Amino acid sequence: MNFSEVFKQSNQLCKVSPDGKYLATCVQYRLVVRDVSTLQIMHLYTCLDQISHMEWSSDSLFILCAMYKRGLVQVWSLEQPDWHCKIDEGSIGLVSSRWSPDGRHILNTTEFHLRITVWSLCTKAVSYIKYPKACQKGIDFSRDGSYMALAERRDCKDFVSIFVCDDWHLLRHFETETQDLAGLEWSPNGCVLAVWDSCLEYKVLLYSLDGRLLSTYSAYEWSLGVKSVSWSPSSQFLAIGSYDEKVRIINHITWKKIAQFEHPATVESTKTVYKEVERRPAVGTDEMSLHNITTGSTLFNTQSKYEICSLPVQIPVVKPDPDRANPKIGVSVLAFSSDNHYLATKNDNMASAVWVWNMQKMSLEAVLEQTSAVRCFQWDPRHPRLALCTGNTKLYLWSPGGCVAVQVPTEGNFLGPKLNYIVLRYRKGAELQ
Amino acid sequence: NPPPNRHTSDKNCEISSISHVTMSPSRQNNFVSSYLFPLAKSSYSVISAFCTEDNVLQCISYINQELASLGLCSTYIEATSPEGTGLNAVPALNAIYELLQIHRRTMSTVEALEKEQLKKSSTMELMQTSNTRLKDQLELSIREKSGLHEMERQLQLKIKTLQSCLKTEKDEVQKLQSIIASRASQYSHDAKRKEREAAKLKERLSQLLVDRKDKKLAIDVLNCLGRSDGKRGHWKTAKATASHEGEMYKSLLSDYEASQKSLMLENAELKKVLQQMKKEMIHILSPCSSSGRGATADDSQEQHHDSDGEEKMGDTSRETLDQSCEHAREQLTNSIRQQWRKLRNHVEKLDSQVSQVQNQLESNKEMIPLETHEDEMERMRCEVQQCKEFIHAQQQLLQQQLNTSFDDETAALLNDCYTLEEKERLKEEWKLFEEQKRNFERERKNFTEAAIRLGREKKAFEEDRASWLKNQFLNMTPFTDRRRCSSSDGHSALSVSNEPEIRMSSVKAQLAKSSTYTTFSTPRSSQSGAVPSTPELYRTLRLIPESRGRCSDLSIFSMGEDENSLS
Repeated sequence: MNFSEVFKQSNQLCKVSPDGKYLATCVQYRLVVRDVSTLQIMHLYTCLDQISHMEWSSDSLFILCAMYKRGLVQVWSLEQPDWHCKIDEGSIGLVSSRWSPDGRHILNTTEFHLRITVWSLCTKAVSYIKYPKACQKGIDFSRDGSYMALAERRDCKDFVSIFVCDDWHLLRHFETETQDLAGLEWSPNGCVLAVWDSCLEYKVLLYSLDGRLLSTYSAYEWSLGVKSVSWSPSSQFLAIGSYDEKVRIINHITWKKIAQFEHPATVESTKTVYKEVERRPAVGTDEMSLHNITTGSTLFNTQSKYEICSLPVQIPVVKPDPDRANPKIGVSVLAFSSDNHYLATKNDNMASAVWVWNMQKMSLEAVLEQTSAVRCFQWDPRHPRLALCTGNTKLYLWSPGGCVAVQVPTEGNFLGPKLNYIVLRYRKGAELQ
Repeated sequence: NPPPNRHTSDKNCEISSISHVTMSPSRQNNFVSSYLFPLAKSSYSVISAFCTEDNVLQCISYINQELASLGLCSTYIEATSPEGTGLNAVPALNAIYELLQIHRRTMSTVEALEKEQLKKSSTMELMQTSNTRLKDQLELSIREKSGLHEMERQLQLKIKTLQSCLKTEKDEVQKLQSIIASRASQYSHDAKRKEREAAKLKERLSQLLVDRKDKKLAIDVLNCLGRSDGKRGHWKTAKATASHEGEMYKSLLSDYEASQKSLMLENAELKKVLQQMKKEMIHILSPCSSSGRGATADDSQEQHHDSDGEEKMGDTSRETLDQSCEHAREQLTNSIRQQWRKLRNHVEKLDSQVSQVQNQLESNKEMIPLETHEDEMERMRCEVQQCKEFIHAQQQLLQQQLNTSFDDETAALLNDCYTLEEKERLKEEWKLFEEQKRNFERERKNFTEAAIRLGREKKAFEEDRASWLKNQFLNMTPFTDRRRCSSSDGHSALSVSNEPEIRMSSVKAQLAKSSTYTTFSTPRSSQSGAVPSTPELYRTLRLIPESRGRCSDLSIFSMGEDENSLS
């Protein structure tokens, strides 16, 4: 595995272009565009304020830089570096900004979610969408980019509007049977919209593209409900992770539960359990020179490898505070592998473990137990390979063949290894930091 | 207690009555008195025997001894004279008086003892009754105690169940409470958030109201971009709306179609698998009937399976035709279920049989299967042996025949015997053969005659028909003569049916035909005798087309022709 040299980036804004050719990073108010293979700086743009959010357009020709404090959005072109575009929301403020799927419209959500402004870069026209809902996931574009689903709330009732992204024509507008809509997500085939309620009520609604309610799923009442939802890439399954530490799999033919994955503290039946074991290299007195201490390469960088543990295995559990809201318990992250074979889950009160489930056998395939809490994980877009990181200098990879921990070379100093959050981006098989 | 007067009354009686014992009826222990009575009687007899005229002195001395032993040393009986016939009255009376005293005392003690004993026995009885009463009481109380134990146990159980119920209820209450608590905290958190947002809104609103001169929100673009797909923008029209709707429905429909296709494929696959399974199950079940293992009930069942299976096999073709039909699907699943049940029963039966056999083998009780097997083997071996011996004997005889050591006469005689037998047999066969041959000849003659008759009749009919037609034609056209003449040649006898003109030809032709009929000679005939062959007859007889009744015969005739063609 090759690692590039480290370069600065702030705010975790580092994205590879959709076509995989360029890498854009933001440093304060500057936008740096490099070539992916050579890492040479191709373009350098300067924005008016510190960049809060940066996004590539779908055709990799434009980059959007949003500055929420100033309420400004600046768009830069790769083909024509001197082309500029600036959108000023004014006093109405800016909370979020994003591209439309065709790469020619920008959707700005104003402060307090008063409205969504749709700016067209082709016609300079503006459209407004009123009453968008401020929730976990209020907007979703279908995978082929033809439809947009938007959650709205009027008179204490939830609605969903489906727009045709071509000309922003309102296709359907219907009320949902939710108490407090928390999120919506298109199925990958674009025909079904999954809508789920807030955690106070376990309710997942499935709507067809034309607005008909196909099915309702509710596993239980009263206790805290849905925490995360994910479609499988083939649209066959809908995985629902909830606060009761279970994942329920719904099938697309009957919209009924076909499997239930539990996350017990004692793992008894799984293929393998990988436990990360850290090994501190012994430090001899001759190595304790000042230079070495400052570089810290041998002192603080611990080697770690995976050991296979024999069942049953105890996973460390952290009980959350029962009095606080949004307790750290339940399945918060779900990710399907691109070939549909695996599902990776993370249970918040067992934060150092990642569970990999085999979707063909509907059973637990592997449990990865790390030394510290897992920050994020992501599947390779091509192969069934999972990369995860826990906030140290290592990158962990799991595949059906095995598990490996890779040290990411960093310019070592005392503070070097303190990486808070690594956002993983895949570019057709290779990873970049 | 007996009154003491009795004693005195007794005392007043004669000496001889000393031995009488007072029998008080009030005494409860009669056996005491019974003991005394026979003793007294015996003592009386002893007394009568004890003292006689002769042994007075001895008696006296003896009595004195007895008195001494009783402790009455002071009163000795003395004899008046040395001869011993008289007795000194005073010491004797004293002695008697002492004895009576003793006796009285004894009696009183006896009485006291008896009284004592009475008392004691009564108390004992009392004790016994009280004992039994107490025992009863004890038993009763024990039973009560066990009953109470039982009740206590049940109550304990009840308590336990109630406690567990209470525990579950408590747990549920706790769970509900925790749920309520978490919901409450979530609510409060959300409410706080909303409140904060509202506060911010209020602030912003106030700020906006104050700060009126605001930049107008605008977009500042260097130049407009082209659309990403390169096409020109469209106006929003109703047509566009409709097309959007259409697009949406199209995509939905295509998705549904795709899923339905995949489901159909899956269904077809599964149905195929089920069919396969069914066939295999039928196949497995059917040869089991020929294995012969088990009772006849088994066989009948298997036969039933077979017939059922065949019926089902016949159905499969129908099923493949209307696979989408629900009825067929149900039928398939039902038949699968049936077959599976049968298979399972069969397997269970086999299992039980196997276990039975195993038990038998293990228990060593009756080794019947093995024994019968062994017997069979033995028998077969014997048979084989016998056969071998028989063959050997035959061989020997044959050898003997060939290398005969008999003299020529006997050999010749033997030969004659054998050949005679054969000759006889041959003769019989020849006779049969001749008889059959004669029968055949007769039949053939009959057939020939019938054929000839029929031929003649036909000829006559044809002649009539020809003449009639001739008349017709003569009446119709003037050209019939020429046609008739030209068509007379080259027609075989066989192709008579379709050409009535032949009949109208010259007599010569008719004669020729009739000759062909009579001789029945065809190029293909194998037999050249005067008697026509049966197949030829058949063939000619076939030439009569109007005989509908002969349809069945025609088929037979055709067979005959085939035979002939083969030969």
